[in-house]
Amino acid sequence: MTQQTGTEHNPFYDASLTKRHLRAQAFKLFTLTSIVFAISFLVFFLGDMVYKGLPAFQQSYIKIDVAYNEKSLASTRKAIDKKYRRIVSRSWLRGIPREVENNPALMNTTQTRWVLLNHQVDQYLKGHYYKVKAKNIKLVDAMQADGLVELKFNEIFFTHGDSKIPENSGFKSAVVGSILTLTVMMVVAFPLGVMTAVYLEEFADDNRWTQLIEVNINNLAAIPSILFGLLGLAVFISLFGMPRSSPLVGGLTLALMTLPVIIVSSRAALRSVPDSIRQAGYGLGLTKIQVVQDHVLPLAFPGIMTGSIIGLAHAMGETAPLIIIGMIAFIPDTPTSIFEAATVMPAQLFTWAGMPERAYIERTAAGIMLLISVLIAFNTLAIYLRKKFEVKW
Amino acid sequence: MSQKNNTKIQVRDLNLYYGDNHALHGIDMAIQENKITALIGPSGCGKSTFLRCLNRMNDLITSVKVDGEVVIDQKNIYDKDVDEVAVRKRVGMVFQQPNPFPKSIYENISYAPIKHGLVKKGSVACDELVEKSLIQAGLWEEVKYKLSDPGTSLSGGQQQRLCIARTIAVQPDIILMDEPTSALDPISTEKIEALMLELKKQYTIIIVTHNMQQAGRVADMTAFFHMGDLIEYAETETIFINPVEKKTEDYITGRFG
Amino acid sequence: MKPFELKQRNHNLKEQIIHFCLISAATVSVLTTFGVLFSILFEAIEFFQMRSFWYFITGIEWSPGVDNSKFGALPIFAGTFMITLIAMAISLPIGLGSAVFLSEYASPFWRDKLKPLLEILAGIPTVVYGFFAAITVAPAIVNFFASLGIQASFNSALASGIVMGIMIIPVISSLSDDVIRAVPDSQRKASLGLGMTEGETILHIVLPSALPGIISAAILGLSKALGETMIVVMAAGLRPNMTWNPLEDMTTVTVRIVDALVGDNEFNSPDTLSAFALGLVLFVVTLVLNVISLSLIRKFKEKYKVNTL
Repeated sequence: MTQQTGTEHNPFYDASLTKRHLRAQAFKLFTLTSIVFAISFLVFFLGDMVYKGLPAFQQSYIKIDVAYNEKSLASTRKAIDKKYRRIVSRSWLRGIPREVENNPALMNTTQTRWVLLNHQVDQYLKGHYYKVKAKNIKLVDAMQADGLVELKFNEIFFTHGDSKIPENSGFKSAVVGSILTLTVMMVVAFPLGVMTAVYLEEFADDNRWTQLIEVNINNLAAIPSILFGLLGLAVFISLFGMPRSSPLVGGLTLALMTLPVIIVSSRAALRSVPDSIRQAGYGLGLTKIQVVQDHVLPLAFPGIMTGSIIGLAHAMGETAPLIIIGMIAFIPDTPTSIFEAATVMPAQLFTWAGMPERAYIERTAAGIMLLISVLIAFNTLAIYLRKKFEVKW
Repeated sequence: MSQKNNTKIQVRDLNLYYGDNHALHGIDMAIQENKITALIGPSGCGKSTFLRCLNRMNDLITSVKVDGEVVIDQKNIYDKDVDEVAVRKRVGMVFQQPNPFPKSIYENISYAPIKHGLVKKGSVACDELVEKSLIQAGLWEEVKYKLSDPGTSLSGGQQQRLCIARTIAVQPDIILMDEPTSALDPISTEKIEALMLELKKQYTIIIVTHNMQQAGRVADMTAFFHMGDLIEYAETETIFINPVEKKTEDYITGRFG
Repeated sequence: MKPFELKQRNHNLKEQIIHFCLISAATVSVLTTFGVLFSILFEAIEFFQMRSFWYFITGIEWSPGVDNSKFGALPIFAGTFMITLIAMAISLPIGLGSAVFLSEYASPFWRDKLKPLLEILAGIPTVVYGFFAAITVAPAIVNFFASLGIQASFNSALASGIVMGIMIIPVISSLSDDVIRAVPDSQRKASLGLGMTEGETILHIVLPSALPGIISAAILGLSKALGETMIVVMAAGLRPNMTWNPLEDMTTVTVRIVDALVGDNEFNSPDTLSAFALGLVLFVVTLVLNVISLSLIRKFKEKYKVNTL
């Protein structure tokens, strides 16, 4: 009775409860900690990517004289003063002949230009690990003090393909490769998935065959994605002889992987259309296919789209099966058809992440920022579609 | 014994709000010890809400606000120093739908006493408590050879008696019953009613019921609720034969509700 | 009557074509599973015609690419097991804890805010997790243990295990959350009405009721961990290594599959085909896990008569 507040009478006082309440509180704290951990990981992770990736959107340039003449066209290194040769980008100098070709008036002149610095100097200027000789650092520092060194927006990242020279490498060919691959995927998986769903929901009787299909779809969804790569390699490339590393094979492989997602969500969408709609159609003397085509499918369409967009987003981030079928090749040029060798965004990130140069790390992180932004945009679109067209029957 | 000693629960000016909705209006009521008190009234009249105030089950709904006093054994259970968990241990509750845990019959009963530290797990005392509770609930003869069967394997009426046995095992003073027979067949209902009459010797019972015959059969006192007001509260006979209020009479005679 | 009949026949033909298309589409989806199975199976059989099956599942030396190449996959299984174990040790408590918080404690306001955030976690591509594991987590682990005077590998099982665990948190929390919410409220009320605290009610009543579903969620997470490729390819090692020390480098089934198929090996060499043998093991194990998981969920649904899972 000693723990009671004041002298008040409390027949409900139970000393053992204090301990039990403490235990309950500890459990609640554990669950809270769990979710806080999960969310703070997300925040830390996104923060880490932004921190690492943001510098990639800028690139260092230096303002120096560039001589356009016979000598410099023959050996582009000679277009600039000797002391700069160790700090500017080789890839920029290689562009000199084309510049002259595009603008012959440049010939035999000397222009003061903003010239791209190489990745080591760039990393130095961004405050990262670098390998630059002390002599050259002094030079860069001095020029920076004179305002002759600047960080400018990194256009190259968006307009170039991959390159072995870090400052010259960009994300464009991977973006185009992704678009091609995902187009192939959607062209195959969307009609196939929706048709399978329509068949299962609207036409199939509940027999062994249907059950077999159903078990299959459930299991298909659980197969590790890398095994679809083995399928693609063994069937599409080895058996059918389709071109390795091509968006065609990549798209087909991803289509098989995404099929169950589209089927499951389409079936859910079809199921949510009430039977009264179908009966109304039959009442008007329409055939089953007319009812499905004109009345059920339009109503289920937003749900089908939502599921397909989620499947698309999922496929967009998929890497493992595409590595197996060779879509990690070095692709400097933007692919123009689905039969050419190509790479996709996540595969490009994988390639860059394995590069030793520090400059590729910031490009990887920048690519991740782009990829995740697109994925979040797609998912938001899916949620928006679902909310907008959500009908309560 | 004086009248005051017979009062087990004294409710004073109890108001309850669901958000902005004022659901109970200043209820005053004295519930007597070792009696069965029936709460009747049309759906939505607040009788179940009132019942849940007596063991603070309404605390679980975040939008609910209660003011006023519910005094049990000279202590307002809404005082700051009262733990609602301790209140629920003293004021047991039986629900409308039989809701045994998905555990064995034995564990259904022993679960709470073990956690409350009344008996030790696996002890003789624990076995005795389970047996005693089942005997009191009139279920022992039917289940004594299958105590390890799941509680959900019993019939609806047996499940409800199991729930009563589970409540008794915690050794409360008061048992609240929220329409305990509305989901049961007439024979099971009869058994539960007989059980209530037996239990009132030891416990104070408050029952919410839709069935006026049931109130007439088992209740010593009856309270009629309407639109969140306590219209009339008296001995059951008075309420049924000679009600003071016109509304009570209309309800009893089936003119509304 | 003739024009009417004609029209009808045209109609029937069109309907039949559509019907045929629908059945064909459904058949393709079935063929895919069998396609995966057979394409892996045939190549795996070819591999086992060249190499002993028995040595494959019990041998402890994996040395492709040399003259006297050996294909004993036990160290690869061991590495997979170790990394999966670390991943589960992280994702199970945290995923379950998050699910309990979301379903039992969080107000609707916080629930609506937190759930989409977990879904973002689930939507992050695995290559991104792999990058994070290799660039941020692995060096952090090396530095941390170096400060304790312990040497850790840059390709430690711990780094990929931790990141894989984080990846699986939403898999476990999402399904567990659904299952916990499907436990009827009457169970909670009954327990609280007996004078149990909220924590006791969750631990002793709600979670045991939801157990089949929670196990199913855990199995699903486990199967995800076993099949995960990018994190381990980027952050784990290539060396088959049988050890209990999570700070050493280890390899996994998926890493060796990728390693065997990336490069210019001849397709019909045992080096390449070994990938299909490993793939077959992965296929069978994940399929069995999935079947168990599905049957547990079905059991839970039947018990509480819920159709929303």
